[in-house]
Amino acid sequence: MKNSLIILGFFALGLILGLTRFLPEVIMESDFSLYALYLLMFLVGIGIGADRSSWRVIKETNIKIILVPLCVIIGSLVGVGVISIFTPEIQLKEALAVGAGFGYYSLSSIFITQISGETLGVIALLSNILREIITLLAVPIFVKYFGKLAGIASGGATAMDTTLPIISKYTGKEWAIIAIFSGIVLTILVPFLVPFILEVL
Amino acid sequence: MITVLVLMTLGIGLGFFVGKFPKVIKGVDKMTTWSIYLLLFLLGIGVGLNEKIINNLHTIGLQALILTIGAILGSLVFAYITYKLFFKSK
Repeated sequence: MKNSLIILGFFALGLILGLTRFLPEVIMESDFSLYALYLLMFLVGIGIGADRSSWRVIKETNIKIILVPLCVIIGSLVGVGVISIFTPEIQLKEALAVGAGFGYYSLSSIFITQISGETLGVIALLSNILREIITLLAVPIFVKYFGKLAGIASGGATAMDTTLPIISKYTGKEWAIIAIFSGIVLTILVPFLVPFILEVL
Repeated sequence: MITVLVLMTLGIGLGFFVGKFPKVIKGVDKMTTWSIYLLLFLLGIGVGLNEKIINNLHTIGLQALILTIGAILGSLVFAYITYKLFFKSK
């Protein structure tokens, strides 16, 4: 949670500097973000490769557990797809790309900004932050009406870290490992799925 | 975007070998966090400079909210079905 606030703080700081045009020319005219993204993805890769516990979780669990992230992927994409049908301003492809962030707002908004521009990038940022916030607030209700997987599903990629404590509290500790697994799978998929939706579909 | 995926795959490979060195991983984690800060900072600047976004912020916010509701409800429905069919006995 503290991390999310710092991230928002940096975004807000940039926003204020941009609004007030209180910036050196170089930054306003050139775009460094692509190179920063290259660096970030290399680092994210090292993090995934180096994390022994994520490999172990994947090895030790039975095949049924795969269904959890799978139903989150299908559910999220079907959900935003339905929304785009009823909202003419939102194209299906854009809706799918935003939905495929699964709550991983930093990375998904960065990717979408690079491929589709800042407007959709901001929608992705807000939408995926909201996913985390709504999950933090509503897990008890979700679990009551939609069963034990509800918190994990609503949390999406955040089920492995920021929303894990609340999921574990309202669903039971034995589900924590499933939450972590689902969160890891979705987190790894975001950088593949988002560009795939925007560039290939 | 292919470059990004290639870099990430290279990273995963490299990560597999440096996984033994906790100091290196700690450094990588720190740099990851800071590059996320940097990118969101740059996105903030881009948005602030972009009048189209600033003038339409209420529409954009509303679109983001309804997409979130769609994504969460869709996930909940599929999670409910999956739970009933495969996990209930647990």
